[in-house]
Amino acid sequence: MRALLCRLFLVLGLLAASAGAHAGQITVSAAASLTEAFNDIGRAFMAQQPDVRVAFNFGASGALLQQIDRGAPVDVFASADEFTMDLAQQRGLIVPEQRRDFTRNLLVLAVPADSGLNLSTLPDLTQTAVRRVAIGNPDSVPVGRYTQRALEAAGLWPAVSGKAIFTLNVRQSLNYVSRGEVEAAFVYATDAALMPDRVRVALQVPTTTPITYPIAPTVRSAGSANAAAAQLFIAFVLSPAGQAILQRHGFLQP
Amino acid sequence: MDALADVWIVLRLSLKVALWATAITLVLGVALGWLLARKRFVGRELLDTLCTLPMVLPPTVLGYYLLVLVGSRGPIGAWLYQHFGINLIFTWQGAVLAAAIVTFPLVFKPARAAFEAVEGQYEQAARVLGVSEWALFLRVTLPLAWRGIMAGLLLAFARALGEFGATLMIAGNIPGQTQTLSIAVYEAVQAGQDDVANVLAAITSIVCIAVLLSATRLMPGRIAHHQN
Repeated sequence: MRALLCRLFLVLGLLAASAGAHAGQITVSAAASLTEAFNDIGRAFMAQQPDVRVAFNFGASGALLQQIDRGAPVDVFASADEFTMDLAQQRGLIVPEQRRDFTRNLLVLAVPADSGLNLSTLPDLTQTAVRRVAIGNPDSVPVGRYTQRALEAAGLWPAVSGKAIFTLNVRQSLNYVSRGEVEAAFVYATDAALMPDRVRVALQVPTTTPITYPIAPTVRSAGSANAAAAQLFIAFVLSPAGQAILQRHGFLQP
Repeated sequence: MDALADVWIVLRLSLKVALWATAITLVLGVALGWLLARKRFVGRELLDTLCTLPMVLPPTVLGYYLLVLVGSRGPIGAWLYQHFGINLIFTWQGAVLAAAIVTFPLVFKPARAAFEAVEGQYEQAARVLGVSEWALFLRVTLPLAWRGIMAGLLLAFARALGEFGATLMIAGNIPGQTQTLSIAVYEAVQAGQDDVANVLAAITSIVCIAVLLSATRLMPGRIAHHQN
């Protein structure tokens, strides 16, 4: 029994050591809306740089910021809005000189594909047939913040927020509208395009600021052995190859 | 969640959801516990296993099942809406359903054990005295099994108060309507509102400690200890 345990620990130890020996593993925290595009970019990047491994951590940009602020071992941060990246910069979490806008998106109002409602303008949301609208929580989800500003600019925030289901990231909003649990959801154009058979874009929503996505290495990474790999990854995202992948997923040039 | 003043609303809603869920599991859990303890039928252990499943399944799997089944386009959800106009998604009743299913094993398991521990001679004596089966259950069996059932109920209440995964998926996150303690904590942490998170976490911990202390006092093992 004792010998067996010893052998078990030896194997576990070797496994741990081999995992640690793979020095070129970087962690990229990216906005939930980037999930598919960044998974593709990660594969293409690792094919080009076989000695670097990329692990992704997807979530609402605000939640990712909180994780980094509390010391999560993240090397690259890609958020879905400038506001969240500004917060990261103010708190000294990212390297400002290496911050770049790498892509752009559009805000749309998505409805279930078989919806019979006439939703061609934002004020149409106030009709009583619209009972529930999925909106990312403006406190932590960028798409929710863009939505709140757009609705405030249209003078509709008080009326529409009363129907809101506040979600924890954009994909939860997409999930609810694709199942017909809400009459409409505010999501990015790239999210709506993921489910063409279940979700339809009712209208493109004008935003008060363009929806640009910034990317930057973290300060924690800049002083570590991962600094070079993190820079290589950011360069790849900005390169023609990385941009082509983003555009294939419906993202726009920055 | 903007202000600490909302904490009371969140707490009251969570208590309402947990109380309703516990009430439902009390009726159904005691019934199933009694059935499993006293009746022999085909598939008895399979039924026990299926009803224990919510205790071990990830809450996200349960939430997904519920969303698919009772969602407005799911088979149960569509039927409920057509015949009764009931919609469970994004309502506090939906949160009750999620909490009741998650906590069900915590009630019927101890109830079954408690019924099995009731000595047959008391029931035999009552039968000899001509007590009806229903009265026998209410006046002999249930009082003898009560401590075990109550301990399970308290655990279920504490667990219902903290239910997160399944609740979030089917009840959503509507402030004042379906935003329970655990969801409010998660949201506050994500948004970096530590002051709100601290208060909510402290309240949850205090309520759960009080409930667990009460449950420990009621555990069947302690009765035997006192009697000896």
